[in-house]
Amino acid sequence: MARLHEHKGKELLREFKIPTPKGILASSPEEVFNAVKEIASPVVIKAQIWATGRAGLGGIQFAQTPDEAKSASRKIFGLKVNDFEVTQVLVEAQIKIKQEFYAGIIIDDAAKSPVMIFSSMGGTGIEEIAAKHPEKVGKLKIDIITGFKDFQARDLIRKTGISGRLQMQLADVLVKLWKVAKKYEARSAEINPLVLTEEGQVMAADCRIAVDDYAVFRHPELGIDIARELNRPPSELDKIAYDVEKNDYRGTFYFIQMEEGFQKGEGYVGFHGAGGGGSMMSMDAVVAQGFKLANFTDTSGNPPASKVYRAAKIILSQQNIDAYFGSGSGVASQEQYHSARGLVKAFREENLSIPAVIRLGGNSEDLAIDILENYTKDLPAPVEGFKKDDSAFSCAERLKELVDNYKGNGKPEKQFTKPIAEKPYSFETITGTITYDHAACADCESKICIEKCVPEILKLENDVPVLAISKDEAKAGKCIECLACEVECIFHGNKGAYIDLPIAGLEEYLEKVA
Amino acid sequence: MSILVDENSRVLVQGITGREGMARTKLMVEYGTNVVAGCTPGKGNQTVLEVPVYDTVQEARENVPEINTSVIFVPAPLVKNAALEAIAAGIKLLVLVPDRVPIYDVLEIAHAAKEADAQFLGPNTLGMLSVDKGVLGMMGGRAQTAKQWFKKGNVGVTSRSGGITSSIGYYLSKSGVGLSSIVHVGGDVIVGMPHPEIVKKFQDDPETEAVVMFGEIGTSQEEQVADLIENGEFTKPLIAFIGGAAAKSGTRFSHAGAIVEGNRGTHASKVKRLKEVGVHIVDNFDDIPQVTREVLQTLN
Repeated sequence: MARLHEHKGKELLREFKIPTPKGILASSPEEVFNAVKEIASPVVIKAQIWATGRAGLGGIQFAQTPDEAKSASRKIFGLKVNDFEVTQVLVEAQIKIKQEFYAGIIIDDAAKSPVMIFSSMGGTGIEEIAAKHPEKVGKLKIDIITGFKDFQARDLIRKTGISGRLQMQLADVLVKLWKVAKKYEARSAEINPLVLTEEGQVMAADCRIAVDDYAVFRHPELGIDIARELNRPPSELDKIAYDVEKNDYRGTFYFIQMEEGFQKGEGYVGFHGAGGGGSMMSMDAVVAQGFKLANFTDTSGNPPASKVYRAAKIILSQQNIDAYFGSGSGVASQEQYHSARGLVKAFREENLSIPAVIRLGGNSEDLAIDILENYTKDLPAPVEGFKKDDSAFSCAERLKELVDNYKGNGKPEKQFTKPIAEKPYSFETITGTITYDHAACADCESKICIEKCVPEILKLENDVPVLAISKDEAKAGKCIECLACEVECIFHGNKGAYIDLPIAGLEEYLEKVA
Repeated sequence: MSILVDENSRVLVQGITGREGMARTKLMVEYGTNVVAGCTPGKGNQTVLEVPVYDTVQEARENVPEINTSVIFVPAPLVKNAALEAIAAGIKLLVLVPDRVPIYDVLEIAHAAKEADAQFLGPNTLGMLSVDKGVLGMMGGRAQTAKQWFKKGNVGVTSRSGGITSSIGYYLSKSGVGLSSIVHVGGDVIVGMPHPEIVKKFQDDPETEAVVMFGEIGTSQEEQVADLIENGEFTKPLIAFIGGAAAKSGTRFSHAGAIVEGNRGTHASKVKRLKEVGVHIVDNFDDIPQVTREVLQTLN
């Protein structure tokens, strides 16, 4: 779930006229100072991080004057919570709270609908309150089409024992909260506490909104740069990987870095799963052998070879991993030679120098393993493929043996450089560029690219390969980026094909960590 | 019999002219599924694998009688529209294959389906297969392998992971335990037919003697199955594996989730609840065929 910080959530509440305390976002003690001057009242300074219990962690400070606030804010800036460093604080006017409530909306899987929850007791420990005092908590399913009506809100609140003007004030907030949730497609939207001030105003004192990851593309105005639920800020590799996924709808690529800053020999594995359930079991299998996971990756849903290639390149850009483990459900419906070719291209470019075990069970597994093993034999490290009758556990055991017996130092001996074509013939694909060096192709005897091209879009013209369709059609997706023309050409052709599949930001990242 | 797809199915494929639509139509047709029509807006008046293509679902219904099932392969942002179109045209069973369909879109589909008394599998599903009868979606990938992997018998499979659905189907068949139908309920939080809906269908299917369920952490699907067993609505033997035992339990961001779900959703809670009602919990995935065989032996 793409979570929003408190200040962003409150901005959305204000858009629908839900009152919030006067507040200003600040990124330095100086900005805090200026903010307090502008607010012109005692303030509360709140760390903007995705964590519960901020007060207990020192992430909330109170101050009377601009100077006091400036020095108090120094205690918050730089504070680390779950690897999140506090870089922003919300400076808000202090409010005098008379009573606290809870209002929240969540998508309930059992009801297949949003549910509005209101509690006449709010604040910290709301789950315990709800469990202990069920009579104070009201829940109501929201009709996705007709929405949440004022009368429903009033009756929901009435049932928790609140009447009169307060009932109407609170109902107004609940109706508006639904509008916020609906417009921004929130998986959950909570105001806790929702407060009644001494002055008699109902206000959102805090706010947590999480937007549906799958809907983030419809809300560019929210500025969410990575729609993933993380307990820490996204790493640079997380962002690079997310951009790959964001720009390619074919299949799914999920990448999350789990550990950084480790050394060679500590047993960290680059993990490449396929399919959620199988990946989970494969992770368990590799951890059972004493390995540790550097990352979690999942490429599934019939991704093109190009996506698997990019996933492998990103996994291998993690420094100091000792092994590469690929394993999914074991009986994949997709054609596994796509994954095999993606891996081969990545392993060759990286001149793979750590042992790899890949479980490629499923459709065309025999062909997939032939491709994987035969086209990586000349690499410094061993690459072994396994099929559907091999369990994830036995594959992880094999990886352990390979790593224990591997003598290489794990450093690639030579760097890959993109070939330069003498007589280039190029065309674009959905996410890259394919180039045939017609000088090399002219001397090629096999013309293997024509035969192996999965979508069959190549033909011979003057004895060299060209597109049998228009370049526009190739770019629009008729070229499925199966990578066969390049991978097969290395061994059976005259090394005339090269497919450039850029990964934005990866080269810069590698230069920095090298 | 079997569930969801059989010899009486008359299947429409929405998005039949696309990359996935075309490839999976081939699988469905070659496996023997009765695919009678296709639909892609603006691409009517052609055929794909001899299946006639129409511009709208209503047009397909008018030209091809008794379409009762639609399998949808369109990009995620277009799924809502396609599903509402099928429901409006009176189709009662939908399979939403695509991944990443926005949740509010799924809620609208669920609403429309309920009003029209229609049901849907997915989204984010590999689909399902009834052995020797038909495939809806992409289960098995290719007809020839689907026939090799999944053998006829009396065990139903319901799973929250696509790859694991075919894995369990394959490993059971290989160990001599045949299958009636295997179903991937979909990988998302909100799915049209979660585990409880599928086990109810298996309950009503005379061909199914026992069910294997692959559960995962999150949502309350497995607990709802336990409720069904407790209420006597599901009485056949159930063998279950729950994935995610080792998953790091992150800080729960939303209090609302805890209030709605209570203690549901964790690995421990699911296992405990299922054991209470007599479900055969398998701790090691590779043991599923053996445990299933033993359970079947006690039946006969």
